[in-house]
Amino acid sequence: MDRTLLPLGDSALLIHFGDDIDLATNRRVHSVDAHLRLHPPAGVVELVPAYATLLVHYDPLVISYAEVAEWVRSQMDRAQEAAARPRARIDVPVRYGGEHGPDLRSVAELHGATASQIVRLHTSRDYTVFMMGFTPGFPYMGRLDDGLVTPRLETPRTRVAAGSVGIAGAQTGIYPIDSPGGWRILGRTSLSLFDLSAAEPFLFAPGDTVRFMMESLDA
Amino acid sequence: MLEVIDVGGLATIQDAGRTGWRRFGVPLAGPVDRFAFEAANLLVGNQPGAAALEIGAGDITLRAQHDCVIAVTGLGYELSVSTWEFPLWGSCLLRGGWTMSLARRGFGMWAYIATAGGFEAPRVLGSRSTYLRGRFGGLDGRLLQPGHVLRSASTSPRLMEAAARTLPEAARPPYGPGPILDVIPGPQAGRFSLGDTAAFYSSEYRLSASSDRMGYRLDGPSLREARQPELTSEGMTVGSIQIAADGQPIAMMADSATAGGYPKIGCITSACLPLLAQCTPGQDAVRFHQTTVEAAQSQYRSLISALLAGIADADD
Repeated sequence: MDRTLLPLGDSALLIHFGDDIDLATNRRVHSVDAHLRLHPPAGVVELVPAYATLLVHYDPLVISYAEVAEWVRSQMDRAQEAAARPRARIDVPVRYGGEHGPDLRSVAELHGATASQIVRLHTSRDYTVFMMGFTPGFPYMGRLDDGLVTPRLETPRTRVAAGSVGIAGAQTGIYPIDSPGGWRILGRTSLSLFDLSAAEPFLFAPGDTVRFMMESLDA
Repeated sequence: MLEVIDVGGLATIQDAGRTGWRRFGVPLAGPVDRFAFEAANLLVGNQPGAAALEIGAGDITLRAQHDCVIAVTGLGYELSVSTWEFPLWGSCLLRGGWTMSLARRGFGMWAYIATAGGFEAPRVLGSRSTYLRGRFGGLDGRLLQPGHVLRSASTSPRLMEAAARTLPEAARPPYGPGPILDVIPGPQAGRFSLGDTAAFYSSEYRLSASSDRMGYRLDGPSLREARQPELTSEGMTVGSIQIAADGQPIAMMADSATAGGYPKIGCITSACLPLLAQCTPGQDAVRFHQTTVEAAQSQYRSLISALLAGIADADD
């Protein structure tokens, strides 16, 4: 069996690009995703890009696994970086620390840094939206500066406020709705991450570029 | 129009599901038992994916405000219309003012009520399916409540033709306690030891009481592979069997997260998912049997062909 194409049940096909979280692999995922979405055959329902994989959902009453695999194989190598949709660039204003960022101080202590040094590291680079999941509209972004890589909370919170900006491992993300969560919360944005009545309901899409801006700092 | 007089359990509006938004983290939703859902719609002359009522683990009583034709499918309920009892998997006429009730009885979890024309609800992200955790779809993302008035999208001029049809038992999947579920080995199947794989396919797994529309948790032999670190999150689908950190399987159901980070030992086939759907959490047990994607797709096509043939015969 092909090492990179695998069935996930009888209605999805997984394209496997690698096992790790890295920008080059993820960029390949998004360019193949963009290319395959241009002219999908009847029966291909939707594509879900993740860190290092692309999942193709299809209707097995319309198209078989072998047919989906043949289509993917014939198209994969034609995917060029240029085929990717223009990447949106989104600036996210954040109120860091205090009630908005209850973990900023402890993250600073873990790294032997000041709160403002942590904020500077978090706002100092562009992040890629590697994938979306967990709750509708949640962007998994990275990679963080090595000096900011921090494990998750040992005990997740039962409620994290909508708009909370957190870090976990080498990732950073934003909670779209109030939900439980184990990421360390540095701050909060007032941007709304989705509006179900809008033509484009989600602020972010996989592959977008995001930059955090310090709106205020309560150290 | 149907008025909700009384309702318990997990009663929601569901259509075929919310496709196209999983890349943004929005679950598919839709019916837990897709076969019974599609059968109910076909019995009243609807498209198979029209919006219907899903009734789970609780009773419901509805009153018709004018004449309408309904079909009720699924397992685990007895249906009474006015003062008569009806079998499930059939359609019947409800006169204005009549009530219909579903009360739990016997093996099964989910029933579907379809009405000619489908139930009205605003489309959210293209679908009328209720997503309870996200609090959107259906009736403002909520369970049916007494006092809700459910409208159907249109009334068929051929109303009477759709009444009194029955889907023969031979056209339904082999529902019942203790099903053997076909599983296609998953992307991480190779990571499990031979011993763990053998244990998975030879043991009985009991449904945990903490099962819901999102996933059915299973209790049985712990699979050691799960003690290894999580994998990088990747997309998953309804039917995926994740092995959680405690070594126990979780079968992802209609409201499955769009991606997950636990290794997937396999994925239950479309033809067998309805059999699992109807098992009762905290009570029933299942076994797994390994199959191939080709065999699974052929079996699913046969199941749906039998359903369509059964609907055609139901007119005779």
